[in-house]
Amino acid sequence: MLRERFPYFNNSKNIYLDNAATTQKLDSSIEVMNEYYFNYCSNTHRSSFGDANEATKKYEDVREIIKEYINAKKNEEIIFTKGVSESINFIANSFGVKFDTVIISSLEHHSNIVPWHMQGRSLHKGLEVVKCNENLEFDIDHFEKLLKENSNALVSITHISNAFGVIHDIKEITRLAHKYNTPVLIDGAQSLAHKKIDIQDIDCDFFAFSSHKTFGPTGVGGVYIKEKYLSQIDAYQTGGATISDVSYERSILLDSPYKFEAGTQNIAGVIGFGEVIKWLDEVDFNQIEIHEEDIYEYLHNELSKIPNIIIYNHPEDAIGSKSFNIKGIHHDDIGVLLDKQNIAIRVGHHCAQPIMKELGIKGTIRVSIAFYNTKEDIDIFIKALKKAIDILGE
Amino acid sequence: MSEIENRIEQFKDDLDFFDDELEKYEYIVDLGKKVKDINEDLKSDQFLVQGCTSLVWLVPEYKDGKIFFKGTSEAIIVKGLVHIMISIFSDNSPKDLIEFDTKKLDELKLKEIITPNRQSGLAGMLAKIISYAKEYDGKA
Repeated sequence: MLRERFPYFNNSKNIYLDNAATTQKLDSSIEVMNEYYFNYCSNTHRSSFGDANEATKKYEDVREIIKEYINAKKNEEIIFTKGVSESINFIANSFGVKFDTVIISSLEHHSNIVPWHMQGRSLHKGLEVVKCNENLEFDIDHFEKLLKENSNALVSITHISNAFGVIHDIKEITRLAHKYNTPVLIDGAQSLAHKKIDIQDIDCDFFAFSSHKTFGPTGVGGVYIKEKYLSQIDAYQTGGATISDVSYERSILLDSPYKFEAGTQNIAGVIGFGEVIKWLDEVDFNQIEIHEEDIYEYLHNELSKIPNIIIYNHPEDAIGSKSFNIKGIHHDDIGVLLDKQNIAIRVGHHCAQPIMKELGIKGTIRVSIAFYNTKEDIDIFIKALKKAIDILGE
Repeated sequence: MSEIENRIEQFKDDLDFFDDELEKYEYIVDLGKKVKDINEDLKSDQFLVQGCTSLVWLVPEYKDGKIFFKGTSEAIIVKGLVHIMISIFSDNSPKDLIEFDTKKLDELKLKEIITPNRQSGLAGMLAKIISYAKEYDGKA
């Protein structure tokens, strides 16, 4: 069973339902990182002795593995970062800053809001937000209106909402944006854990992805940059390994991807991430998606039976996260009492305060599943939730 | 033993009665349910406690040389903690509160059962109580 490949489940007493925050780690991903540290720990792209060559090869192999997995065209289009936050900050500062307007959705993580504020943008002053309806569905007509009104814009939109699990149709969003010659950055932090991504099919121009939310180590992620934009993107940081020549008069940078990866990278992390992607490529992802959708629907149905529950979205076009509240009970109280029953979930605003404010709430109780969760996990969670409600009720 | 220490001892005995952490929380929730709400106009920044994950207000009343507290929170568990704090520290002079060795509050072992976030909230409540005491000490 796939779940057996995740050592956490043998070692923790928790029912783990906080996958949108971070996923559990694949055993072989941990093993290849240990192997690097135990057997050939060296820096990459610098020294040329045997172990260093092996480290460089393994590191660059991962670029190839990811390129193949997401169906990018060239290795140069895959840039490693420390995660999605850094990927978005990178594109925001090296490319996004050139645009008059940035268009985001109503369901963005703070990682795709704050970088734009840091550029001096605010609502209707360089930043536009696509509306969503009461079921949190993306308003495509409003999006097109914003595209028409803002001829010099960048679209930066999440694929899957971390707070609510809502899936945006990023293929259609990209198609529409391109109709108005507007480039598209996708926040794919939650994507790879739940969906098989085909960059050519989506046709987006930038796609930020995360290792730790995809069963790999923390501190690693990356961004896909469509080849035609590589020459238009300035280096975000500079330093070691980014240059071809330096004198006191000037520095000449290398081409992508090296000019974008300043300093010693998270070598072990990249190698560990690569192992996860190789594994995901080998397993039957269709079966994973079917199982996960089944668990997600089961979760929704079981939650729907709880009296006084407010569920903020429906299972159609959503995956991973499910957010809800119980009328008359503070989400923090539920979080504490679930924790005391060894249920790992998250309560609060989930780094998405603007949409919480729009909904008139301070936060939610968020259950976020991954493919290794089972109906038994959901049953134990529901039982614990009922117990918490019973304690907290009048 | 001071009156404050006596009250800490009483709550310690009550909490120690429960072996199971969930049962301790049930007890704290029950305490929270006893807390009467305060007027909406008192839920202002002036009385807001810093450092809590849920909003907490502590309101002092100075009478006959002693300070009495009332307070509330939007979350019931934190309300229970508010109940413990105001029960321990109300009806004492500013001087008693200022001179209280805050480490003695650790005897309640709340740090063992509440999350790091709530521990900072508890520290925030204590800091607010001491700051009120200092304010009234000058006026005494």
